[in-house]
Amino acid sequence: MEKGHPATYDEVQKIHLLYFNIVKKRYWWFAISLLIIIPGIVSLFLHGLNLGIDFKGGTMIDMNFNKAVTQAGITDTMKSVGLDGPVQLSDGNTSALIRTEALEEVKRNELLTALQTKVGEYDKLGLKEDKVGPAMGQELTRNAFMALIIAMGLMIAYISFRFQFVFAISAIIALLHDVLVVVGLFSLFQWQIDASFVAAVLTIFGYSINDTVVIFDRIRENEAKMKRGDSYEDMVDKSVWQTMQRSVNTVVTVLIALFSVYILGGESTKVFALAMLIGVFSGAYSSIFNASQILVEIKKHMKNLRGKGGEVVRV
Amino acid sequence: MRRGNILKLVALVLLVAAAVGLSIKPLTDAKGIPLGLDLRGGVHLILQAEPNKNGTPITNNEMDKAKAIMAKRVNDLGVSEPIVQVDYDKKRVVVDLAGITDPDKAVDILKTTARLTFKDPEGNIVLQGDELKDARAGQGQDSNQGYVVNLTFSADGTQKFADLTTKYVGQQIGIYLDDKLLKNPKVEIPITNGQAYIDHYATLEAAANDAVLMRSGSLPVSMSIAEKRQVGASLGIDSLHKSIRAGLYGLTFIFLFMLVFYRLPGVVADFSLIVYGLIVLWVFWMFRVVLTLPGIAGFILSIGMAVDFNIIIYERVKEEVRAGKSLRAGVESGFSRAFITVIDAHVTTFIAAMTLYYFGSGSIRGFALTLAVGIIASLFTAITFTRLVLRLVVGISAKMKTTWFGVRREV
Repeated sequence: MEKGHPATYDEVQKIHLLYFNIVKKRYWWFAISLLIIIPGIVSLFLHGLNLGIDFKGGTMIDMNFNKAVTQAGITDTMKSVGLDGPVQLSDGNTSALIRTEALEEVKRNELLTALQTKVGEYDKLGLKEDKVGPAMGQELTRNAFMALIIAMGLMIAYISFRFQFVFAISAIIALLHDVLVVVGLFSLFQWQIDASFVAAVLTIFGYSINDTVVIFDRIRENEAKMKRGDSYEDMVDKSVWQTMQRSVNTVVTVLIALFSVYILGGESTKVFALAMLIGVFSGAYSSIFNASQILVEIKKHMKNLRGKGGEVVRV
Repeated sequence: MRRGNILKLVALVLLVAAAVGLSIKPLTDAKGIPLGLDLRGGVHLILQAEPNKNGTPITNNEMDKAKAIMAKRVNDLGVSEPIVQVDYDKKRVVVDLAGITDPDKAVDILKTTARLTFKDPEGNIVLQGDELKDARAGQGQDSNQGYVVNLTFSADGTQKFADLTTKYVGQQIGIYLDDKLLKNPKVEIPITNGQAYIDHYATLEAAANDAVLMRSGSLPVSMSIAEKRQVGASLGIDSLHKSIRAGLYGLTFIFLFMLVFYRLPGVVADFSLIVYGLIVLWVFWMFRVVLTLPGIAGFILSIGMAVDFNIIIYERVKEEVRAGKSLRAGVESGFSRAFITVIDAHVTTFIAAMTLYYFGSGSIRGFALTLAVGIIASLFTAITFTRLVLRLVVGISAKMKTTWFGVRREV
């Protein structure tokens, strides 16, 4: 091997044992993405998301009874004070998760007293209660959308400034892909979402684009070194492979962190960790297999539009 | 072999080890990083000011007054680091009481308007609670009085109360807290010293609760609870332990991964991670960032992300070495080229964190803040610490094997 020169396309191919041409097979990657996204979108239109009280408003009480209780016992007690709502039992039927309308303090105290006398003693220090008024829920949804749009705008601006507008558009499409995968899967499986889901989606937003930018950074660097007649596709393929090890290793470390939170972190961070796990995985996929390929696609169309087949697209 | 570099490295390792050892206590004791209510129990309330019945808009002045009164009541509850904030736009007061033992009582006291009024026999209000100087709970002088709240009027109030008790000698004056009749005493003789009491409380606690309300004054607007998050103390501790365990396992596996994959630089990365963790925790401590459950999740996540900088650099160094550079030159050019990449990549995550902070509320904000602090700290650690250590390591010997850096070079 000749010394003292940046790696050539051939050398990059040789280093990676599993090398295959990622850019050429791009329609396959797009197809895989659509295969996951389309059912998600359909489900989103048909069933929407399973919204928790953070969005809809309501009261959620998580309580641990001193001995096993029955679902009927709790439901009947709720009815006796004029309330209804789903009850979930866990931990050998000693732990109950009660959801109902947003309760005023008086009503809430009435319910807790009734539960104590009719169902059984519960651990007062282990009580968890969330009450969200309906107005607060609407505000959360509105803020979530605002945050997404503004974050997207800022990122387009930043990437356009640091790279080119087409890079920004490609990155944002890959990003929307990740958001759609996460939201779509949550809709398909009807997993209930809470406020932390919004945080997860926005973090995915920031994190997945981070992955994409690292690859784009390499494309930017290699693009500047392109000679007349070099193929843009090959250059992109080379760039993706040059950053492959980094893309894989980073995603592994982040997934390790998320798995620990998901498995060991307790109930209240589960939704967040699950959304993040899906999002980070999808983000890594879209960064490697979609973002640069979309860029190639857009550049190719721009070249065709100019109508000069021989011209090398360079900026 | 450069002895100096080895000595410096050993000194650095000892220094970091000492810093870790010395940090544990100040970061975790009573004055350590404040824990949010989801980690030690407590209650978070958003109180919404209800529109006035006569349709006049609620003024900022009224909101300030409401906030001041809430703060007074909160202080009487004896919470260590209470947070009382007002949102003028949305006419809300946000109250965070972490570590409170009886959240139900706190909620009860905070949401009460507590308008203390004295009414004449016809039911007209003749004197209001704002004329009070103080209200204290105590034991009644006679044993059959039970517990009492002793009232002291202001100078103005004393005058008014004297006039009032002169006018209504022989009649009854009703004392109300909101709509609740506390006492309906018959005025025997005019009271001119500005002292009065309300007796027959069953417990000292009940008297004390009312005294707090009377003393803090009445809210200028009535408040409803728009949001309430209550976590029992034992549940909070349980969450804290679970999060710490998740963090330790996550950290251990990331350590192992870096070690197995990157060998010698992996050790440097792990070492930098410890420094990174210390910096983040001390920043939290310094700025009194309240650590919440999502905050810890954000911190663990940021550890996963912080390694990213090392990975980008090491991969770059590998490339430089494969391209024929020496390890030392590889590290230098690897660093300077990776730096641009890292900045561009992290600015985007930072944008997301800032947007989240701006639009988020409560615990989401805690998460956004941890993430943002994490990004800045990881950049800082990488440029200063990681770079220094890596330079020292490759400086030890010019004949250092590139396989220690995970590079298989075919020569």
